[in-house]
Amino acid sequence: MEMRDRIKEKLQDKIKDWREVSTKRIYFSLDKKDILKTTEILLKNLELRFITASAVELPHGFELLYHFSNDPSGEIYTVRLLLDDKLKPEVASISPLFPGGEWIEREIWEMFGINFIGHPNLKKLLLADEWPQGDYPMRNKK
Amino acid sequence: MSHKIIVPIGPYHPLQEEPEFFQLYVEGEKVVDIDIIIGYNHRGIEKLSESKHFDQVPFLVERICGICSSSHPYAYVLAVENILGGEFNIVPEKSLFIRTIIDELQRIHSHLLWLGLVGHFIGYNTVWMWAWKFREPVLDMFEMVTGNRNNYAMFKVGGVRRDIKDDDIPQIKKMLDELLPGIDLFHGAIMDDPIIKMRLKDVGRLTRQQAIEWAVVGPTARASGVNIDIRRDEPYGSSDRLDWKVIIEKDGDIFCKTVVRILELYESISLIRQCLDKMPKSGIIDADIKDIPVGEGIGRVEAPRGECFHYIVSDGTNRPLRHKIRSPSFMNVASDKVAAVGGTISDATLTLAAVDPCYCCTERVAVINKSDNSKIMNGWDLIKLSQDKTLKLKESYYGRSK
Repeated sequence: MEMRDRIKEKLQDKIKDWREVSTKRIYFSLDKKDILKTTEILLKNLELRFITASAVELPHGFELLYHFSNDPSGEIYTVRLLLDDKLKPEVASISPLFPGGEWIEREIWEMFGINFIGHPNLKKLLLADEWPQGDYPMRNKK
Repeated sequence: MSHKIIVPIGPYHPLQEEPEFFQLYVEGEKVVDIDIIIGYNHRGIEKLSESKHFDQVPFLVERICGICSSSHPYAYVLAVENILGGEFNIVPEKSLFIRTIIDELQRIHSHLLWLGLVGHFIGYNTVWMWAWKFREPVLDMFEMVTGNRNNYAMFKVGGVRRDIKDDDIPQIKKMLDELLPGIDLFHGAIMDDPIIKMRLKDVGRLTRQQAIEWAVVGPTARASGVNIDIRRDEPYGSSDRLDWKVIIEKDGDIFCKTVVRILELYESISLIRQCLDKMPKSGIIDADIKDIPVGEGIGRVEAPRGECFHYIVSDGTNRPLRHKIRSPSFMNVASDKVAAVGGTISDATLTLAAVDPCYCCTERVAVINKSDNSKIMNGWDLIKLSQDKTLKLKESYYGRSK
């Protein structure tokens, strides 16, 4: 069975908006409460590899994209989450599942101000410790 | 554990590509914990990219790293071409071969540089000097093909900027032929020298399970038995039309990492040769792309250190709305946390260097004595310690007279 069918079977109605942009680039949305469970399924059951996560600022909130690679077929599955609370964006951290996710969540936290609940070591990664609190360099300045 | 900031000791090198600051916590000789502090060279390139024209971004991302300075532009143009319909659909035939040639030449010079540094760290300065000697013709080849020894400015959306002249091909082939005996020399030195084997075997081991947990990429992952190589998994350039194989080792120690890189040198030379043979003699090299439509694209290439990942969001204007970059070292350096802990201090620099970050990074190492948090050693002391260990091994192996 192909990976895309296995993902659909495992996640079922958690998947909201399935889009195959090109043959090897598949995007789907999730509710933000499902991210931890979904990441566990993708990494542990389906043995995908976590590439990285990207944050994008939207006018009304933030979008988080988690990129997973299925190396045998060369496909990239991207999980989208919409964080619609612009003032207090937060989501569950996936780092407790595997240590490889720690750094990128620290980076997104300091650059975009998105809080990762349950992160084992949420502190500055790239910015200096003296960087002013509440100033997030990757956010658009009015 | 306290996270005291310690001013790094050692010469500050303005050209260093990835300055990291490692704080090793030691008990006696044993490393019990390690803090990795990065960000000294954060230049905000992702943000900067949002203010550049799509055609200017390759020049910007090229400057992320001086050693793999074609991987970032390549991953970026692949991401944009993903929005446009895929590299194979829009890029002219000849450009695909030129792209692979540049990509593989860069792998050769990067792996040689790494080999030289490992030689230096373990006290084999001859290996170091050899590596520099054999790396020089590779840079000459770059100069011949692209006009630059570094930052080649070859990649653009829809093609490449410069053609490889037919007159240059015999010369490139000749230089590649001359490179082979040099790599044989390394191969022999690493495989046959009992001291190097003793020094590198079982040091800084990253097991397959750890490699998967830390999501490491490239030679670091392949040395631990993780079978990934973007060139094969998601072919780009002409890599799917050439005959080559992915090098996998099982043990995950520094010896395996060295073997993987040496054997990859042979594969890269073979790939370039095949490209030069199969490349069309004439033809356009640029598809002349003007506008980038609305959309999002992901591009990735196998940089010398592993998968280099770029994500682009385009809103239909002439600038990217968002440009996310993930370099391979971002994943690999984090895994030092498991690879270095449990080893001895004399192996620490070697282990930290084994994932192939920049060598100047090790000058930022400080060893902290756990009992009173006092700083006892800097980077050069650690390299000295590592070299002394090799010397002792040599003495016990050959006897004092040698």
